[in-house]
Amino acid sequence: MKVSYKWLQEFVDIDISPEDLADRLTLAGVAVEGVTKLGVGMEKVFTGRIEKIDPHPNADKLVVTSVNVGTEKLQIITAATNVREGDVIPVAVEGAKLASGLVIKRAKLRGVESRGMMCSGQELGIDPKTMPADQAVGIMILPPGTQLGRDAKEVLGLDDTILELDLTPNRGDCLSIIGVAREAAVLLGRPLRLPAPSFPELDESIEGQVRVDIEDTDLCRRFAGRLIKNARVGNSPLWMQQRLRSAGIRPISNIVDVTNYVMLELGQPMHAFDYNLLTDGHIIVRRAREGEKLVSLDGVQRDLTTEMLCITDPSGPVGIAGVMGGLATEVTNKTVSILLESAFFNPISIRRTSKALGLRSEASQRFEKGIDIGGCARAANRAAQLIAEMGAGEVVAGMVDNIPAKLADRVIQFRPSRAGYVLGADIPKSKVTGILTSLRFTVQDAGENLLVTVPSHRMDVSQEVDLIEEVARIHGYNQIPDTLTYGRSTRGIKTKEQSLTAQARDLLAGSGLHEVMTYSFINPKTFDQMNLAPDSAMRNALKIKNPLSEERSVMRTMLLPCLLEILARNYNRRVQNGAVFELGRVFIPRGENQQPEERTILAGAAMGRSPASWNQPAQDYDYFYLKGVLENLFSRTGAGAVNFLPETGDPSYHPGKTAYMEAGGTKIGVIGELHPDVLENYDLPARVVAFELDFDRLAEISGRPVVYSQLPKFPGIDRDIAILARKDIPAADILRVIQAAGGKLLREVSLFDVYQGEQVPEGMRSMAFALKFQAEDRTLTDAEAGEITGEIAGSLAAKFGAELRS
Amino acid sequence: MRAKLKELGEEARRALSQAESLEDLNGIRVRFLGKKGELTQILRGMGSLSAEERPLIGQVANEVRAAIEEELALKNTVLKEQVKQQKLKGEGIDVTLPGTPVPRGGKHPLTLVLEEIQNIFLGLGYSIADGPEVETDYYNFEALNLPKDHPARDMQDSFFISSEIVLRTQTSPVQVRTMEKTAPELPVKIIVPGKVYRRDDDATHSPMFNQVEGLAVDRRITFSDLKGTLGLFTREMFGPNTRTRFRPSYFPFTEPSAEVDISCVMCGGKGCRVCSHTGWLEILGSGMVHPRVLEVSGYNSEEVTGFAFGMGVERIAMLKYGIDDMRLLFENDLRFLQQF
Repeated sequence: MKVSYKWLQEFVDIDISPEDLADRLTLAGVAVEGVTKLGVGMEKVFTGRIEKIDPHPNADKLVVTSVNVGTEKLQIITAATNVREGDVIPVAVEGAKLASGLVIKRAKLRGVESRGMMCSGQELGIDPKTMPADQAVGIMILPPGTQLGRDAKEVLGLDDTILELDLTPNRGDCLSIIGVAREAAVLLGRPLRLPAPSFPELDESIEGQVRVDIEDTDLCRRFAGRLIKNARVGNSPLWMQQRLRSAGIRPISNIVDVTNYVMLELGQPMHAFDYNLLTDGHIIVRRAREGEKLVSLDGVQRDLTTEMLCITDPSGPVGIAGVMGGLATEVTNKTVSILLESAFFNPISIRRTSKALGLRSEASQRFEKGIDIGGCARAANRAAQLIAEMGAGEVVAGMVDNIPAKLADRVIQFRPSRAGYVLGADIPKSKVTGILTSLRFTVQDAGENLLVTVPSHRMDVSQEVDLIEEVARIHGYNQIPDTLTYGRSTRGIKTKEQSLTAQARDLLAGSGLHEVMTYSFINPKTFDQMNLAPDSAMRNALKIKNPLSEERSVMRTMLLPCLLEILARNYNRRVQNGAVFELGRVFIPRGENQQPEERTILAGAAMGRSPASWNQPAQDYDYFYLKGVLENLFSRTGAGAVNFLPETGDPSYHPGKTAYMEAGGTKIGVIGELHPDVLENYDLPARVVAFELDFDRLAEISGRPVVYSQLPKFPGIDRDIAILARKDIPAADILRVIQAAGGKLLREVSLFDVYQGEQVPEGMRSMAFALKFQAEDRTLTDAEAGEITGEIAGSLAAKFGAELRS
Repeated sequence: MRAKLKELGEEARRALSQAESLEDLNGIRVRFLGKKGELTQILRGMGSLSAEERPLIGQVANEVRAAIEEELALKNTVLKEQVKQQKLKGEGIDVTLPGTPVPRGGKHPLTLVLEEIQNIFLGLGYSIADGPEVETDYYNFEALNLPKDHPARDMQDSFFISSEIVLRTQTSPVQVRTMEKTAPELPVKIIVPGKVYRRDDDATHSPMFNQVEGLAVDRRITFSDLKGTLGLFTREMFGPNTRTRFRPSYFPFTEPSAEVDISCVMCGGKGCRVCSHTGWLEILGSGMVHPRVLEVSGYNSEEVTGFAFGMGVERIAMLKYGIDDMRLLFENDLRFLQQF
């Protein structure tokens, strides 16, 4: 909503600057998001009349004109084609400045001198959308009677400031100048001047000429009308056009402009019908019938549904109530009699209809927020007054005002004690009364409490707490003290999963991975890119009915593709080394109209290598790097034993370089190099490793209590052994056998070398283990250590045919 | 013989004074004090002395030996120190070479901000609550006093899965879910971090973003408590000199409602580009829980009051780190992430 500062001043005396007013309004809940001074930088533009137009001697597209600017006549060359002799226009004379920064100088155009420039609306800073259609391009044409030589700023109302409101949906009452003036009056402690329209009426009466029946009284609670005769449809006066423009509305004709003017001024949307085109002057307000259609003012044929409220006459619909009128009964320059409509329609119904038709009009936006049902008649009178005053028609005596059922007053009990309880500040009853009265509530003293009647323009106030807000906002939120909650103290608690979340992030970040955050919606093509089988369960994803784009149209069922996209984007930007992880949710559909299962997944991916340094070579980001990261995660979060076992069946991963992770008999995740096809699909380099981990499962198995074990009291013995075994025997199996054979006295075992190649037969590999033997109760002897080592070797030989290398 | 001994002492002293290395020193020790050394040689001749002279000469000889030994020890210390210094001198490293790199990853800036917010409220006794990102229309709207066809639904353009299922547009549904679970027990003090979704996409809006919601419900919770709590939070988050301003606003699920502005973190309130020359930055939406929301969640709204607030984590992160385009936060360029 754009509000002219000058217009406001018609209703309340404002003695502070527009900027200060904007601050006051904002702090009272009527947010002003912008204050724009019109005509800034515009100087020396005057009104002038084109006295003569002659062809240019040297140019076909130019003409030489003589323009009377009051004090003198100027020769001006122009290329404009929409000007005629006698037109009054804005002229920028020598030395003039325009909003764009353009400075006008005397100039020769094709050999002929020009001493100024005729201006278009746009050159004067007027939004072309608010110019009459024939002047949207070309020179602005002013009414013929306009005085010459006047400052165009004044004539065009550009000596004004516009407040741009960012209203919350509850404050429909401020979608009008009078509504904002009402707030300003309260805040400044000034009286509000409400318009009280008066105008001459014809002798003939509206009675017998107009009949209004409201059939669907649930959707139309009031219909007021005025009849205008002897109408002279033409342009509205300049001052009215300017007012409309200040609010961003294009002037159309005097009658339509009046309806828009009243809407802006009083917040009541109005409609004007060509009375003679209505059958029998009979208006019936009802829901549309099956199959009814209407061509609306914008020329579009609308299919009406039986839910839509319509203005009809005995022959059918003539308007979509509160949304848009019909083309057939529109006011044209042939119109001589006019029926003005000023009604109240059900907000929800209007909202549904305008949504269903995709038609949001200035009118529908006001109706759907709820207008002032008490103001319908006044608005109709105000429109009649304006029409009479500008000589656009004569007003028939009397009005129709159909109110199917009188609305009960909304009376709310206000307990000052309750206000104190909610606000934490006591505002005296007298102050409360003052504030509410100034806001036009009727306040009645009822002992300790107050009985408050809500004025009809405040549709948003329905209960005590709403009144408390009214009092608080005018009293000033910032006048209320700051306190801290009183009462039982509580302990801030994190659940186990929340703590684990923080810990996991710390551990992964500490291992060199960067956390990323990606969108939860993905491209359905992702599943192909990930090489998934056509019948893969992962393809069953939740679809968004109204996505922003196809690329973000389904909810992800896996996290990994999001990470691959990020690696690919980085790779594409020549960031070729990096490791990332994300902790986020995936969404597994459960059925129509049901919420999906939301699982938390921890995923990571890495490409390239760690940064090299002068004293340390780069480390490849490969399977073992990520596995080390995860082993550390499992160990530090107390997850117990997690086994890594060969995984050959995951289509996104390399069949030979992938493992699934298993804990307590269930699979908790996958880790491996990505399948070359997937890498190709994402334009990624030759080796990318990744993991995906069911974080909810990790939370279940993690957090084993730490129990300290005693430090050894007796020295241990270290032995290294190297064995030769078939290379298809998993290292984990060999380790398990070593541990079993080593028994209690084998305190530690670690694999420190794996070798294949020269001196090792084809199909075999050599593995070297460091063993530490230690007893809790005595110093172990070399002989004992030798004996156990022998047992280990024996076991390995028996189980795997492995032999000890010397 | 006495003179010979004295002479020897002098000579040893001279030799020692010229010694330059530990090898020289050893040579001197052997030459004078060794088994075949000069002092030993002289002492061999003691047999020819008289019984009276022998002790006297013996004493002189011991004195000379002691003096040489003392000099030797002294010189030894000096030379050893010299050798050590020499050695240290040769062992220097270029201390300006970079250190051995340790793996350096990092948490996402949004996580960092989120954790900071959480820690402030954990310290104030709030617990962390959680809820689904794909919500029912009921929890996302209706229970929050936003019936179907309410104009305020336009404030949040939603993604729909079906007519009844939406991507949550706010973390507020968790308010109702938590209260339903807790009622009639008191108090409820939670914060709810989480992802929310709205159909917007430009430099200041992302179709997915992070919110932190807060809720305190108990007997005697007041609007002034809301002001005090959020004032405390903003000072913790943005520095002790941060000022707050409460503006009346509208949220269907709170009444009275307030927008909270903080004095601009860039200019301190003088007015700059970041705050559009107003001196203030909008940072939070808040208000007293609407009685209807309390009732729907199982509390008697006459006895129990509460406040709620919500903030966008992206906006706070952008202010905190001076990020000017929200999309950077979701592009995840590693060169961006490495800065945090």
